[in-house]
Amino acid sequence: MRTLAVLLRKEFAQILRDRFMLRQIIAMPIVQLVVLASAATFEVKTARMYLVDRDHSATSRALVDRLRASGRFVVSGASPSMEGANAAMLERRVDLIVGIPAGFERDVVQTRSGRVQLVLNAEDGAAAGVTQAYAAQIIQAYSRELGSRIASDAGNGSVGRVEVRTRGWYNPQLDYRNYMVPGILVQLITVIGSLLTAMNIVREKEIGTLEQLSVTPLPRATFVAAKLLPLWFIALVELALGLLVARFLFDVPMVGSIPLVFAAAGVYLVAALGIGLWVSTVAQTQQQAMFVTFFIIMIYLLMSGLFTPVRSMPDWAQWIAQANPMKHFIHVMRAVMLKGAGFADVAGEIALLGAFGAAVLSLAVRQHGRASG
Amino acid sequence: MNAGALRAFIVKEFRHILRDRQTLTILLLMPLVQVVLFGFALRSDVRDVRLAVVDPTPDYASTALRARFAATDRFRVVATLPTTALLEPLFRRGEADAALVFEPDFGARLGRSEPARLLLAVDASDPNTGTTVQNYARAVIAAQETEWATARGGVRIATDTRMRFNPTLESVNLFVPGLIALVLTLVSAMMTAISLSREKERGTMEVLLVSPLRPVHIIIGKVLPYLALAFANVVTALLAAWAVFQVPFRGSVALLLAASLVYSMVSLAIGVFVAARTPSQRGAMLAAMLGTLLPSTLLSGMIFPIASMPAPLQVLSSIVPARWFIVVARGIMLKGVGVPQLWQELAVLSFMTLAFMALAVRSFKPRLG
Repeated sequence: MRTLAVLLRKEFAQILRDRFMLRQIIAMPIVQLVVLASAATFEVKTARMYLVDRDHSATSRALVDRLRASGRFVVSGASPSMEGANAAMLERRVDLIVGIPAGFERDVVQTRSGRVQLVLNAEDGAAAGVTQAYAAQIIQAYSRELGSRIASDAGNGSVGRVEVRTRGWYNPQLDYRNYMVPGILVQLITVIGSLLTAMNIVREKEIGTLEQLSVTPLPRATFVAAKLLPLWFIALVELALGLLVARFLFDVPMVGSIPLVFAAAGVYLVAALGIGLWVSTVAQTQQQAMFVTFFIIMIYLLMSGLFTPVRSMPDWAQWIAQANPMKHFIHVMRAVMLKGAGFADVAGEIALLGAFGAAVLSLAVRQHGRASG
Repeated sequence: MNAGALRAFIVKEFRHILRDRQTLTILLLMPLVQVVLFGFALRSDVRDVRLAVVDPTPDYASTALRARFAATDRFRVVATLPTTALLEPLFRRGEADAALVFEPDFGARLGRSEPARLLLAVDASDPNTGTTVQNYARAVIAAQETEWATARGGVRIATDTRMRFNPTLESVNLFVPGLIALVLTLVSAMMTAISLSREKERGTMEVLLVSPLRPVHIIIGKVLPYLALAFANVVTALLAAWAVFQVPFRGSVALLLAASLVYSMVSLAIGVFVAARTPSQRGAMLAAMLGTLLPSTLLSGMIFPIASMPAPLQVLSSIVPARWFIVVARGIMLKGVGVPQLWQELAVLSFMTLAFMALAVRSFKPRLG
C-alpha cells in the first residue's frame, strides 16, 4: 500500500510537471465544446436559390414570394434559362434551383395542377435533404392556399385543413448543442484517458525505465494501479471541467443526477484506460502507441452514434455496435443529462460497462505480464 | 552540403518507417476500414421510425391518414393508444420515436371545413433525427391533405425534385472526399509532428544538427517518407471507394491527386511547425490533434455543413486547409468540375501551403534551447 502511495505521488508529480501538456489538457475541453457544440448541426439557416421563372405570372411570383418570406431562402440569381442556373450551381454560388415552367398559372387555373422543378446541390447531402423538405412544405402550403382561394371564387365551400402542431420531446427547441455536448464529453475523456495511458507507459519503455521497474519487487497490480489511477482521476477532472463549461457557457440542461454521471464515467473509464494499457503492451514506440490507440478509438467513435444514429445503421452494424463501450456510455450520458433517467433506467448499461472494463483490464494486465516477462 | 548526404538521410528515414511493420499495417489498413465503415455502417438518414398513434374517435379521415403512414416504408406503427397518458412511458423507454395524436372528431371537423388539429410529437433528444422525422411525417400528412383537397376541387402543385451530383444522397459519396482529408491530416501532420519531436526527446536531433545536413534538408528528409505514405493512403482509399462502393469519379483523377499532394504538403508543414513548438511527443500529439485533426473533421464541412455554422466559426473555418480541399475533392469527384470552377479554392490551398511551409522552416531553428 505504501509503495502504491509513493508511486502515485511520483506519477502525479510527473504529469503535473509537464506544464505544456497540462495547459492542453485544460484547453482541450473548452476548445472542443466551443467548436464542436456550435459547429455540429445539420440545420440549414438560409439556402441560396436560383430562379428560373419561365411563366412570369402572378401565381409564379407569389410562389417565389412565399419561399422568400419564410426567411429560409434568398434569391441569389435569376434568369429564364437553365444554363445560367447550372453554371451557378457548378460554381457553388447557389444551393437550390427553382424552375417554374411556362404556362404554370394557366395549368393551375385550368387543370388545378401545376408542376415546379426543384434541383438541389446534393454535394452536401444532409443540407440538401433539409432544404428540400423546407421548400416542399412551403410549396404544399401555397397550393392549399390557392385551392381554397379558387374554390371560394367559384362559390364552393373551402376545404378543411389539417393543422399540425409539432412538439419535440426532451429538447423542445431542437437544440443540437444539448444533444452533442454529452457525446463530445465522452469522446474527450476517452481520447485523453486512453491515449495518455498508452503513451505514458510506452514512454517508460522507450527510455528504458520500464525494464528497471520490472526487476524491482514491485507487484504487477501495483504498477498498473499506479499508472492508471492518476489518468483515471485526470479524466474525471476533465469531465467536471467539461460539464462546468457546458453548464455555464452553453446552458446545456442537466436534468438528471450529476453523481450518477460521474459514477458511470468512473466505470466507463476503466474500460477506456484498459484499452490504453492493452495498446501499451503491443506498442514499442510512442508513435505506434498513438497510432494504434487512435485507430481503435476512431472505430469506436464512428460506431458509437455520436455523429450518426446507431438505429440508422444496417442490422449487422448495430450488432457490432453493441460491443462498443463508448456507445453505451454515450447512451447513458444522454439519457441522464437530457431525459433525467435514473439509476434504474441505466443500470443495465452501467453493468455492461463494468463487464467491459473488467474484461479489457484483465486482458491487458495478462498481456502486460507476458510482454515484460 | 552534398546531395549524397541528403539521399542517405532520406533512405534512412524510409527504412525507419518500413521497418515498423505494425504502424505500417495500421496506416495502410486505416483508410480501408474507414471507407468500409462510412460506406456500410454510417448513414445520416433515418429509417424505420416507430410511430405511436393516439386516435380517440377513429373515423374515415384518421383511418385514411394512419393507413398512409403504415403504407410508407419509413414508418412502422408500433402502438395504437386510446389516450395520450400512455405515450410518455413509451418515449422514455425509447420504444417509440414519434407519436401522432388526433383530436376527437378529427374527420367530422374536417368535413365541416373547420381546421382539424393533429399533434405530431417526436423524440427530439437527437434533434437531427427529430427534425428529419418531423419532416417525413409532415410530408405524409401534406400528401394526404392534398389528396382530400384535390377530391374537393383543390389545387395540386407537384414538385419534381432532383438531387444533383448525388441523387441517392449516398453517404459514402459525401464522406470519401472528407475521409481523404482526414487520413492525409492524420498521416501527414500527426505522424510528422511525433516523429520530429521524438528526435528531440531522445536527443538525436542534436546529432542531426551538428551533421553536415542543413535544417531544411532535415525537414525534407523527415517529411518525404510521410508524403509517400500519405499518397499511398489516398490511392488505397480511392481504390476502395471506387471498387467496393462505385463512388463516382466524374472529373480528372490527375487533378484530384495533385490537389491531394498539395494538401499533404500543408499538413506536413503544420506538423513540422507543431513539432518545433512542442517539448515532448505527448505534447506534440495533443497539439497536433487540437490544431489539425479536430478542425479538419469538424470545421471542414466534412460532416456538418459550413453554411449551418455560426458566423465566427464560418470565418474560422476558412483558415482550415481541409475545408478548401474538401470543396476541391467533392467538386472533382461528384460534380466533374475542373480548374475553371475550382481555381479559387486551389489558389487558397496553394497559398496556405507556401505560408505554412515558410512558417515551418522559420520555426525550425537550428538552435537548442
